[in-house]
Amino acid sequence: MKCQQCDKQAVFHITELETGEVRELHLCEDHARTYLNQSEAGGGEEPETGGGITGPLGVGQTADELAVLDQKSCPMCGISFFEFRNQGRLGCPHDYVHFEKELEPLIANIHGAVRHTGRRPSREGSLAGLPEGTEELTSIIGLRRAMKEAIACEAYETAREHRDAIRALEQRWLGAAGT
Amino acid sequence: MRQGRDRSEDVDRGMKLDNLTQSVGEWLRGTGPESDIVMSSRVRLARNVAQFPFVSRATEQDRAEIERFLRDRITSAPVGHGLEYIDVGGLEEVDRQFLVERQLISRELADAQGARGVGIDGREQVSLMINEEDHLRIQCVHSGLDLAGVWQQIAGVDDGIERVVPYAFHPRWGYLTACPTNVGTGIRVSVMLHLPALVMTRQIDKVFRSLHKISLAVRGLYGEGSQAMGDFYQISNQTTLGKTEEELVEQVGDVVPVLIEYERRAREFLVRETQQNVHDQVSRAYGILRTAQTITAEETMQLLSRVRMGVLLGLIGDVDISAINVLLVRTQPAHLQKIRGLELDTKDRNIERARYLRQHFEGGGGGSAAGNN
Repeated sequence: MKCQQCDKQAVFHITELETGEVRELHLCEDHARTYLNQSEAGGGEEPETGGGITGPLGVGQTADELAVLDQKSCPMCGISFFEFRNQGRLGCPHDYVHFEKELEPLIANIHGAVRHTGRRPSREGSLAGLPEGTEELTSIIGLRRAMKEAIACEAYETAREHRDAIRALEQRWLGAAGT
Repeated sequence: MRQGRDRSEDVDRGMKLDNLTQSVGEWLRGTGPESDIVMSSRVRLARNVAQFPFVSRATEQDRAEIERFLRDRITSAPVGHGLEYIDVGGLEEVDRQFLVERQLISRELADAQGARGVGIDGREQVSLMINEEDHLRIQCVHSGLDLAGVWQQIAGVDDGIERVVPYAFHPRWGYLTACPTNVGTGIRVSVMLHLPALVMTRQIDKVFRSLHKISLAVRGLYGEGSQAMGDFYQISNQTTLGKTEEELVEQVGDVVPVLIEYERRAREFLVRETQQNVHDQVSRAYGILRTAQTITAEETMQLLSRVRMGVLLGLIGDVDISAINVLLVRTQPAHLQKIRGLELDTKDRNIERARYLRQHFEGGGGGSAAGNN
């Protein structure tokens, strides 16, 4: 991740809690030192956050906005944005679709780009490499979760429906071998 | 945890690893272009399977299914021909450490929990890690400076796996990874360099600062979080999105000749301006390695680094450079224990390491004929 003030690597990740507002800062060593010195000296100039209003990971957002965002969770794997922010790891491929808006500024900050230009799957005679293949296969993650919950509630008919839906998707995208 | 396992499996697994102790890994061969400074060139690709949660979110059962799904497909695909599959979850700690020291698996895979494994080709150029941070980490390494060759090989392996595994891919974000720092190409291109003269002339920090400015990362011998030991450094790309794989390979590749030139100039400077001092340092290092009665892995690495430079500068005549490379890994804790066939605590390892080094150098120091028993 780059420093919000220059091109150096951000090594300090600061969360400020002031008058009910949460602000996150990602700074290199030099800019962090300057910032902390200013803070200790009782304020002074605040660093400009490169991303402006829509800065990375909640910069400039109020505590309320961030709290709402943190509650948002992926319908497939169930991970909340709060859990992702804490762990730094996403839960499943669908998170890139579900949290696209939230991840975009973060990814832009890390890579300085927001679009892949490299290799693409090019499987001949198979659809699984196509984007819709990923989307449909990823839905299996949600179906498995739902199936487990149904079993736990002894809703066996629902569980069977989920199981059949999983099998149909596996058959379609993975062929007879399935999992 | 080990109770109840078929003993023949243990024996089989032990034999696979024992065979490795007899061979020399790819990155230790000490051959290839610029191998006086460039130890190895490496590329890794991070890939995930679309229908499973990422590893950190996966249950124990999910991990077992991911491992089985990938193992079956990788080992049966044409790309898996000749691949040796090792169940890392079932290994003793010393064996996992052994694979880390050989750079066939990452520290993260060694320390992870649950079902996980690695497929390794006979030449130790390709390793396929299952259930590391991502479902699949494909790694390819060549001796010396050969990024183009590594990229060509790993692209072929990736294509082969893609025919049988549905990778998680998004038209905008590319290959989807557990951590957004790897998304897009999922590629990490790295070159391991031996830069003792830049360290001795105190120019290394300046070099690293300029590398950071062009978005390249510098790591120690064993990758992320590891300390630079024995003046060995890995230079790699930090970003993975917005550039093609070829552009990222080029980004790292372009800087290597410059670093090689700096190191060569620093070596020339040392010989020209401080020959007696350098010769003294190299000779002392060689002397300690040949006579010490107890020695740590860190000190061994540091001294071998000095001797390696001394051999390349023509200050030591009777040592083979590939033998030094071999000693760099065989004196590490797990290798030493595997070679000796004993479990040793730190104190005993230091004594055994010194004995191993003395035996090696008494034998003339040439080739890779260090005693194996």
